Amino acid sequence: MKKSLTAVALLMACGASADTQTYVKAALEQRFYFQDGLYEQQHDSDISVFVEPEFYHSWNDGSDSLNVKPFFRYDSRDSERTHMDIRELIWLHVGDEWEMRAGIGKVFWGQTESQHLVDVINQTDFVEAIDAEEKLGQPMVQFSLVKDWGNLSLFALPYFRERTFSGVEGRFRLPLRVDTDNPLFESADEEKHLDWAVRYMGYLGDLELGLSWFDGTNREPLLKPAMNGQEAVLRPYYGQMQQAGLDMLMVSGATLYKLEAIHRKTELDSYYALTAGFEYTSVGVLNSVYDIGWLMEYQYDERDEQATSLGQNDLMLGTRLIFNDINGTELLIAFIQDLDESGSRSGYIEASSRINDHWKWRIDGWFFSSDTEEDRAFMLRRDDYLQFSLEYYF
Amino acid sequence: MIRTKSCKLLISALLSLLMVAQVQAQSAEEKGLAIAKERKSRDLGWQDSQADASMILRTANRQEIERRMRLLTLEMQDDGDKGLTIFDQPADVKGTAFLNYSHAVEPDEQWMYLPALKRVKRIASKNKSGPFMGSEFAFEDLSSFEVEKFSYKYLRDEKCDDQDCFVVEQIPAYEHSGYTRLVTWLDKAHYRAHKVEFYDRKNSLLKTLTMHDYQLYLDKYWRPMKLSMQNHQTRKSTDLVTHELSFRTGLTEDDFSQAALKRAR
Repeated sequence: MKKSLTAVALLMACGASADTQTYVKAALEQRFYFQDGLYEQQHDSDISVFVEPEFYHSWNDGSDSLNVKPFFRYDSRDSERTHMDIRELIWLHVGDEWEMRAGIGKVFWGQTESQHLVDVINQTDFVEAIDAEEKLGQPMVQFSLVKDWGNLSLFALPYFRERTFSGVEGRFRLPLRVDTDNPLFESADEEKHLDWAVRYMGYLGDLELGLSWFDGTNREPLLKPAMNGQEAVLRPYYGQMQQAGLDMLMVSGATLYKLEAIHRKTELDSYYALTAGFEYTSVGVLNSVYDIGWLMEYQYDERDEQATSLGQNDLMLGTRLIFNDINGTELLIAFIQDLDESGSRSGYIEASSRINDHWKWRIDGWFFSSDTEEDRAFMLRRDDYLQFSLEYYF
Repeated sequence: MIRTKSCKLLISALLSLLMVAQVQAQSAEEKGLAIAKERKSRDLGWQDSQADASMILRTANRQEIERRMRLLTLEMQDDGDKGLTIFDQPADVKGTAFLNYSHAVEPDEQWMYLPALKRVKRIASKNKSGPFMGSEFAFEDLSSFEVEKFSYKYLRDEKCDDQDCFVVEQIPAYEHSGYTRLVTWLDKAHYRAHKVEFYDRKNSLLKTLTMHDYQLYLDKYWRPMKLSMQNHQTRKSTDLVTHELSFRTGLTEDDFSQAALKRAR
């Protein structure tokens, strides 16, 4: 009895400085494709579910914390899309003007909306979404100084994560299967190559400035035709790269001006790329409570049509409508035009709203148009889709 | 000697007469400003606070929804306060955090942290009249009271909540405010606001805010445990209810940095 009382007292004492939180995000997603796929194995529709629980525990009055976030997806059509990942398993210690993180984590760098050139720490979980916004958990040790003059972070990245690719039954695929089981590396250390990075982020009046340097395995693979037995496949080749990045944001009234620029050096080439644009928001449109935002971003890549990114000389125009209602309804429509090939364009739509405290609906759609074989969007020309999701949050 | 003394007396008598005359001649604007300064001076020195709060949103047909949040606030000298809001409910925004550096006549500086993307997004906040979290409170309604935010005009004395009150008109100095004027009822005993009427850009009555259940903290600072905002044009309303509030919790500017925003829980 006494023992259990002591245990309760101890627990309560812990409770004073410790905090545990749990989160769950899950969704049922149904996709409809507008056209038959280019390849006979592909399907016209797809049902998929994912679950992403998250556990957070902090102690020492919040100076130490652990965050664990696994991710599981089942896809009814594409066995490559059925996958799991540890998005986060990370310990954070907060000191006086410094922070230390160790484990598997996620880091975001940058300011622009239409693509993220500067953001290179985490690998893209490409089977998740065509917009490359979903990332795989990255093993890392991060040390940050948090000072008056800005934040300076050093990253050591001891293990490389390979990009995920659709299987033969999935959409957004290439003519040949990507042989993800047999990747090639420039470095003899392969995925154990120690990558490192440093980033500074600070303020100059109304300007937010980010400078970054990355040296390590390129997250974007080249795909090399090869034979796997009798089957012609594409083997991902991960080279080494050094990348300098600059990102800026400036506030001027109701307008945000955004810039991201990189210089990347690989064994094959050395080039510049940038994204620059603005977002203007007007509040209370036509005497309503709606906010409307206008986005315009220009994407440039020095490599032109050899670019591995979709945007090499493209213009993105978008509008975001925020209803400011109880359900948090939002709508985003964007359109991307290739300025070299008038027939090459794409567009997307995102809409979402709450149903109640735990449920939400969402509609996502992507539309591609391309009539030039050299264009990367050409592969996707029959992959237009609409996706309806029912999301659960706890 | 006697003459100089009586002279001094005479002068001081004359001076005090003059001062009384000045008080009587104090214009409505001067009196309004004096009340505002007194109101602010009674609320200086609380340093920082942490609160657990709910927002209860009601639609015109009385549908009701609750939002839960934690609010950290840091008092700033000669500037608007800094605030960090962490959302706990609804579940889809749980863990989302909002950082605000408010300013009297300049645009606020605002950032939103989106935990799923691990991304801090700057918000263009020239317009302070936008609604906060779909509620009837605009951003500018929730920021700290600063004397320079308005020009003032004392209107009259009136009873409010059974107390003797000043009624003061406030004209926003910020050019992008959503209001042409506010009318505020302040009690004479403690200079606490009991009611505020908000007039929109067409100068028609848009909203009425009432303060309820004032509690005294640190023997000096009065805080209402409930704020009720009624929108007369949409018939929607929002209550902001404070469940727990503590002062001087040891927060510093480091707790209101972008790094702190990223690790807010």
